[in-house]
Amino acid sequence: MLDESTELSVSITQIVHRLKGTHLHSQLEKHAKECMHKPEIKLETLKDDVRRLLKESGWERKLQNAVYRELHILPPPGHPRAPPEHAKEPLEYMHKAQVSWEKRILKSLNSMCTELGIPLARKRPVSEQKELTNKWNEMGTDEPDLSKFRPVYAPKDFLEVLIGLRNLNNDRSEDLTVRSNWGLIQVSLNIRDIPQMRETYPELGLTYGQLGIDDHTHVPPDLFESEHILVGKKVLSEQDSAAAQQYSRQGCPTGLRAQLWTLILNTTDDPEVITHYEQLKARVIHHGLLVDNLIYKDVKLTASNDDYYFVFEDYLYQVLLCFSRDTAVLEHFNYNSATPPKSCVQSKSGSEQCAVVYPPNGVIPFHGFSMYVAPLCFLYNEPSKLYSVFREMYIRYFFRLHSISSHPSGIVSLCLQFERLLQTHLPQLFYHLREIGAQPLRIAFKWIVRAFSGYLSTDQLLLLWDRILGYGSLEIVAVLAAAVFAFRAENLMEVTSPASAEAVLADLSTLKVMPLLQIFLFATSV
Amino acid sequence: MRWLVSDMSKNKQTAGHKGAYTSQRKKEGEVRSCIRYRCGLTNTIQDVLNQRPGWVEVKDEGDWDFNWCDVGWLRENFDHSYMEEHVRICHFRNHYELTRKNLMVKNLKRYRKNLEREAGRLEATKCDFFPRTFELPSEYHIFVEEFKRSPGSTWIMKPVARSQGKGIFLFRKLKDIIEWRKDGTRSEEQRDEAQVESYVAQRYIENPYLIAGRKFDLRVYVLVTSYIPLKAWLYRDGFARFSNTRFSLNSIDDQYVHLTNVAVQKTAPDYDPEKGCKWQMQQLRCYLTAKHGFETVQTLFKEIDNIFIRSLLSVQKTIINDKHCFELYGYDILLDQDLKPWIIEVNASPSLTASSQEDYDLKYRLLDDTLHIVDMEGRLTGKEKRVGGFDLMWNDGPVYTDVGLEAMGCSCLVANTHLGCVNDRQKQLQQLLKPFPGQKRT
Repeated sequence: MLDESTELSVSITQIVHRLKGTHLHSQLEKHAKECMHKPEIKLETLKDDVRRLLKESGWERKLQNAVYRELHILPPPGHPRAPPEHAKEPLEYMHKAQVSWEKRILKSLNSMCTELGIPLARKRPVSEQKELTNKWNEMGTDEPDLSKFRPVYAPKDFLEVLIGLRNLNNDRSEDLTVRSNWGLIQVSLNIRDIPQMRETYPELGLTYGQLGIDDHTHVPPDLFESEHILVGKKVLSEQDSAAAQQYSRQGCPTGLRAQLWTLILNTTDDPEVITHYEQLKARVIHHGLLVDNLIYKDVKLTASNDDYYFVFEDYLYQVLLCFSRDTAVLEHFNYNSATPPKSCVQSKSGSEQCAVVYPPNGVIPFHGFSMYVAPLCFLYNEPSKLYSVFREMYIRYFFRLHSISSHPSGIVSLCLQFERLLQTHLPQLFYHLREIGAQPLRIAFKWIVRAFSGYLSTDQLLLLWDRILGYGSLEIVAVLAAAVFAFRAENLMEVTSPASAEAVLADLSTLKVMPLLQIFLFATSV
Repeated sequence: MRWLVSDMSKNKQTAGHKGAYTSQRKKEGEVRSCIRYRCGLTNTIQDVLNQRPGWVEVKDEGDWDFNWCDVGWLRENFDHSYMEEHVRICHFRNHYELTRKNLMVKNLKRYRKNLEREAGRLEATKCDFFPRTFELPSEYHIFVEEFKRSPGSTWIMKPVARSQGKGIFLFRKLKDIIEWRKDGTRSEEQRDEAQVESYVAQRYIENPYLIAGRKFDLRVYVLVTSYIPLKAWLYRDGFARFSNTRFSLNSIDDQYVHLTNVAVQKTAPDYDPEKGCKWQMQQLRCYLTAKHGFETVQTLFKEIDNIFIRSLLSVQKTIINDKHCFELYGYDILLDQDLKPWIIEVNASPSLTASSQEDYDLKYRLLDDTLHIVDMEGRLTGKEKRVGGFDLMWNDGPVYTDVGLEAMGCSCLVANTHLGCVNDRQKQLQQLLKPFPGQKRT
């Protein structure tokens, strides 16, 4: 075990290494040099003076924000002798399950490719490139024949894999006892109970003001809302990323949310960001990928059919097609339990084969993937900005929803937590649903995998995602799923078939997220 | 109630009473427990009336207390009907002063002129929410002058009395309409009609506010229960109707791009009925606030209120006021890129047919609350500022909320309108209304 100070210096080294060579680094150097020409600089106190000037001009804050961002995506500290896989996923059985799942997905993709006779990647002829460039802003008008494409997998396929997870070191009996898991997840992970969560999420408590509760029409604004908005404006003027994250725990005002999220995620308007996006766009124009069709199909089936997101169809293509080609995303596999899939590419002469990551960003989209992007269209309409925000959210949080790992924000932990909360606090309901063959996770899984996107109304979803960003964790998604069941418990107790249970929980568009969370966390007796 | 030649003086309001509600009670000594209604439409309103406790449908020649009629019926029968004091009907006799495109513009222009004379130019600019419009053929020559003054501009031609987007087209060159006048692509029937029919030529708004590249307009509901004094209510719900295709000025022949009526969109070749093309007003307001900030959107909605109020004031003295009449208008509003709202038109018979379950629920709520305000059952005091999803917008003067004064700590007055805001009508109605006669309070 490393001691704290060694761990710290390792982290510092890693972060410095990552920030070297970035646009921020060159800007800092440039400004430091400019500071040198200022009259108040003295040679004896050069270092301190330059530091002070950088602080006053806001550059120190920018650096702080950048470091803060790096801390979010730093791989967890590990033993110096541990192989890199252990950093990604310390539990062997989880790792194995993820590997075998990846094999399955890739096999499915390859067989689709062979069946349909479509190459995984191809260079577009010039005429097609031209056409695509012209139509870039309205790709939704295209009506390609997508009937032969099927999604590589859907959330319910993934659920079956999770249900099959077993830890051979800890084989539990299948008997239904108080100690056993009544639900579908049959592995034990360290998840938190309500008393522990009350300590983690104090800002959601009954004595704190919340957006989503205390901005209700009947509450006079000067009790909380007006003050909160003023604080939000101050946070924005200070451009403090950490403060913005803390602030977001009580919700972001609609008019300030877009800026607050970019501050929390530290996505800047630097020219390198825009250039990067343009490069990705160019790659889309030059080469077509098989996954492009999967993306089209997904958007057409999900977001385009949604009452609120149908308008943003074109943006979704612009983001997701570029996302598939963004090799910078590969970085996140350092801390993702998954490994990017590789496909064999035949060289031109036909003699050599080499394995390349496919798709280039290593992420194979599944049915519903576009819903991670759709709510963001509500906040951002410049493609490069929308893109950077989505990418950052993906590599910080969303990837955990579809890879098998033991991480507390990973899908397995979230599912287990959901079931545990239900079993502990609504045992009668859980038992009843089990008896009629309606395992709660089968209904809640699709909500959790999408972090509720497409199930809640947009304004409620954004309030939920405020807290995901604010607490840097997806745990709240599992809690909300349990809270929804608690809210509809009365009706659910009366159903007698899985289909009617689904029907009771089919429409979540009228739910108010924050009261549900607050009541479940702080008003449930423990 | 018999068909008699009416004496309009009988319909004059007696001095001092607060409206039909209390006088109805006074006169008959008891609350009317059974309300006979007539309904000329077979859509959502039919359900609402049917399901209202104590309301009974009468057909054909029977006496009625309440009539939800179409404008055709009104035109033929209103003048020959005698209505007792408590009776209510859903249109004003000459509503077309507001709802026919040429008359609306005529009234607005006259109102604006008077305002300029009385209150100065600045005040008059508050009426600049309608694009330059000319009635054809009568104003053809001044139209041509204006047309020539703005070369390259796009204009839209609309028949004054048709709805659902019929007969509308865009043009950029005078020769386009000269051809149209002669014969062009219109059918025989259209040509005959056009001889008696008027059109308006209006400056087309070339820079509409777009969301994800698509044009949309707003449908907002305003209920007027009296013109003199003017009493108008604004409904919190409404919707934005999107055009199914991306906006571009390149093809002005493609009416699917430019016209956002659901009726027109339904005929577009790529129309998918499964795909909604509407956003609830709350969604739109949320979106705009996220994009432009709270204050900007607050100002925008204030300007939209201004459109309703001034358009109603412009016809206040022209419309024949009648205490039996109320009217639910559907306003069509367009936003431009500078977030300035424009009036497109006002409908006296906004579509009550639902295009989806969500749409049905909205229209059901709207009509239910309309009936609450008309208050045949006599449950209101007449002093309410809010009934269900309706907020009292104008009551012979601007109406302000009560919350604004105390909470703000300053003397700034906050208007009592909440378009696109939370519509927690169930709760409000429970607190406000006594149960229906014969119903227990839940």
